[in-house]
Amino acid sequence: MARSVSTSRRVTFTVIAWVIALILFFPILWTIITSFKSEGDAIAFPPVFLNFHWTLDSYREVQERSDYLLHVWNSAAISFGSTLIALLISIPAAWAMAFNPGKRTKDILMWMLSTKMMPAVAVLVPFYLAFKNLGLLDTKLGLIIILTMMNLPIIVWMLYSYFKEIPGEILEAARMDGATLGKEIVYVLAPMAVPGIASTVLLNIILSWNEAFWTLNLSASQAAPLSTFIASYSSPEGLFWAKLSAASTLAIAPILVMGWFSQKQLVRGLTFGAVK
Amino acid sequence: MATMQMRTTARAMMAPAVILLLVWMVVPLAATLYYSFQNYTLLNPVISFAGLDNYYYFITDPAFASAVLNTIYLVGGVLLITVIGGLFLALLIDQPIFGQGIVRILVISPFFVMPTVAALVWKNMLMNPIYGIFAWLFSLVGLPPVDFLAQIPLLSIILIVAWQWLPFATLILLTALQSLDGEQMEAAEMDGAGVVSRFIYLVLPHLSRAITVVILIETIFLLGVFAEILVTTNGGPGTASTNLPFLVYTQALLNFDVGSASAGGIIAVVVANIVAFFLMRIIGKNLEA
Amino acid sequence: MGSIRLNKVSKIFGEMKVIPSIDLEIENGEFVVFVGPSGCGKSTLLRLIAGLEDTSGGRIEIDGKDVTSEAPAKRGLAMVFQSYALYPHMTVRKNIAFPLKMAGEEQAVIDRKVAEAAKVLNLTDYLERKPGQLSGGQRQRVAIGRAIVRQPTAFLFDEPLSNLDAALRVTMRLEISELHQQLGTTMIYVTHDQVEAMTMADKIVVLNRGNVEQVGSPLELYSRPRNLFVAGFIGSPKMNLIEGAEAAKLGAKTIGIRPEHIAVSTTDGAWKGTVGVAEHLGSDTFCHVHTETAGTLTLRTAGDAMLKHGDTIYLTPDDRRIHKFNNEGLAV
Repeated sequence: MARSVSTSRRVTFTVIAWVIALILFFPILWTIITSFKSEGDAIAFPPVFLNFHWTLDSYREVQERSDYLLHVWNSAAISFGSTLIALLISIPAAWAMAFNPGKRTKDILMWMLSTKMMPAVAVLVPFYLAFKNLGLLDTKLGLIIILTMMNLPIIVWMLYSYFKEIPGEILEAARMDGATLGKEIVYVLAPMAVPGIASTVLLNIILSWNEAFWTLNLSASQAAPLSTFIASYSSPEGLFWAKLSAASTLAIAPILVMGWFSQKQLVRGLTFGAVK
Repeated sequence: MATMQMRTTARAMMAPAVILLLVWMVVPLAATLYYSFQNYTLLNPVISFAGLDNYYYFITDPAFASAVLNTIYLVGGVLLITVIGGLFLALLIDQPIFGQGIVRILVISPFFVMPTVAALVWKNMLMNPIYGIFAWLFSLVGLPPVDFLAQIPLLSIILIVAWQWLPFATLILLTALQSLDGEQMEAAEMDGAGVVSRFIYLVLPHLSRAITVVILIETIFLLGVFAEILVTTNGGPGTASTNLPFLVYTQALLNFDVGSASAGGIIAVVVANIVAFFLMRIIGKNLEA
Repeated sequence: MGSIRLNKVSKIFGEMKVIPSIDLEIENGEFVVFVGPSGCGKSTLLRLIAGLEDTSGGRIEIDGKDVTSEAPAKRGLAMVFQSYALYPHMTVRKNIAFPLKMAGEEQAVIDRKVAEAAKVLNLTDYLERKPGQLSGGQRQRVAIGRAIVRQPTAFLFDEPLSNLDAALRVTMRLEISELHQQLGTTMIYVTHDQVEAMTMADKIVVLNRGNVEQVGSPLELYSRPRNLFVAGFIGSPKMNLIEGAEAAKLGAKTIGIRPEHIAVSTTDGAWKGTVGVAEHLGSDTFCHVHTETAGTLTLRTAGDAMLKHGDTIYLTPDDRRIHKFNNEGLAV
């Protein structure tokens, strides 16, 4: 709504909004600040906010832990791997549902969605046992399989909703112009859908990166992504807050930035198109 | 509509996704159902038919009643905070304020923090009774420090989870708010509706669907809260902060009681399906449009 | 060559018989317009010819060859869509070149043909732009350019002008007609606008509820409509249709008289009436006249006629131009 508002009203709202926003952001900010402290400053009481000796020691120590990079690599492999595999399976399916809907298409979409509603804990036992028997416990492959299936319905839904916005006439025009199905998808559909595909990928990487049920239950050390690795700091004896903060900052920073860029798509993906 | 040939191709392209999901959903669920009727622990490899014993055992366990209550408190508490807070924040951010984009980014950020990190940061740096920020704030106003996770474990977890989900509610309500037809608001203003009546008669009805969606989707996720409990209280003290998923986890991976855990899993499915039923109807309606 | 023959072609969507059965012959080089109200099946018929929909029954032949089950690309037809369906991520040049690229033409040939098409369509200066940077009329021309480079046996147009504003529509109408003169290729053109049909067509096919009501040249349809539907649909303003005593006098269920075939007088005539609304267009005046015996009639008269609301006037139809229809609505 473009209309003039009195400046005083605007200032009041601005102040209120900023105060609340900073309070909500504070835990993250505090984590980032703490990551630059020495362990002593980190548990200083009363807390020190900015007037402490800034140091990169914690980052250095976290980096030097032999297994830290392994967990970063695990997180990346699992979230990128599962998203890409799910994407490859989903694109043809979403194409079919968006441009050649049959009588059942709606039912299939709803059913796919319903699989997301199944509580993970209900299938924890069979998956745990199956993974144990197949030797997939604590393997990246196992987690990639699980997260691929977790993401599949969301990816199909998101792609479907993006494809739906591409006018079918354009694909028909390509068909009239002599494009085969493959060329139609490669030359016409895919380039037009690039923004939609990109935001789908982004959201799903975020969701997989932060996943914390299956990763906690099915990985321990070798395949543990960052979320599991950081959970290991929960042991009560360790008050290594600076190191915890450094590890946490590194773990959330890339996703935070990705998240900022995907705000709009996030709404669409998480509400299955119910709110745009 | 298209030609026969296209429809055949379409079916072939849909097949992998459908078949994979079918296998993913049906097989493990069937296995859980099967296990739930067996006496089966990982410590004793002999499996025998148990009838409804597992269900009986799981439901009559005093931990079950408290887990159900805790689940309800957790879901209800977080919903209350996030929906009301989200509505307030969305309305606030929608005002013409300076630095709107940055405020928006700050507010939604908690949603992108992985649950284990969020829980640990809150547990240690904010809620720690000796060194935490809250202890310091309490001391400033002369209150004794509170050991949040020992004294009010469930409330503390509700607070942490609400912090993570408040951005979600805000973002969705804000999106819905921004799709409100400006001309409609202006028409109402011409008709003499004040700020309050415009909110009650135009804004709220417009948001009602988004609010419903927020409630239902959050419920689905909140029914499964797990990591936050695992890294903060581990369900305790006692079972004071154990919810249904955590109880199932305890049975399965700590007590190795597969049968009982499976029964718990099936109960969780029933609960989730009740919510899912309503959510699917709303989304399904949207699909028609 | 580009002759198209439809033999008992039908289309059923689920329970809906969109097209019960149509026979139609289109000669090489003809400009044929399918016209009818929305939902009459004209677009479906075009898509059946294009191969974008399967027929439920019947045969489609192009130049004597049965193409009923051929893929769209194999039929040698080109189509211009209502939304133009330009590829938004490609430049104008790439859009026009796309069908040639799909056909595996050599780059040199593609360049030459694109340049030719661009010249014909006045698009040379816009070749490196994307569709989003073009005006409606230019987009329309790109869509046509994409169609002509293939040198198709026939062009199919699906309401191509409906997204343009009124002035541009007139210009593009002329351009398409001119293009037809130049190329001499068969064109099938779908529209709901009878003015477009009348001005462009060699042959008009009037469709209603999936049936062909009448096929003929514009003037045939105008002067000898086969039934009430065609009589009411062709001509603007619409033909006046009168039932009851006035019709019975001439031995018909309904009689029709076009607004331009009524003489007006201030002193005497067949029907006495009062002027309701008078629309002064400058070139013509359209009057809605409430008569005592023939109901409300539309009258088209000279632009300088000084008629205004409330005037009493007398109307006399031109006897030779009265259309009579029987109980079934057919012309007699």
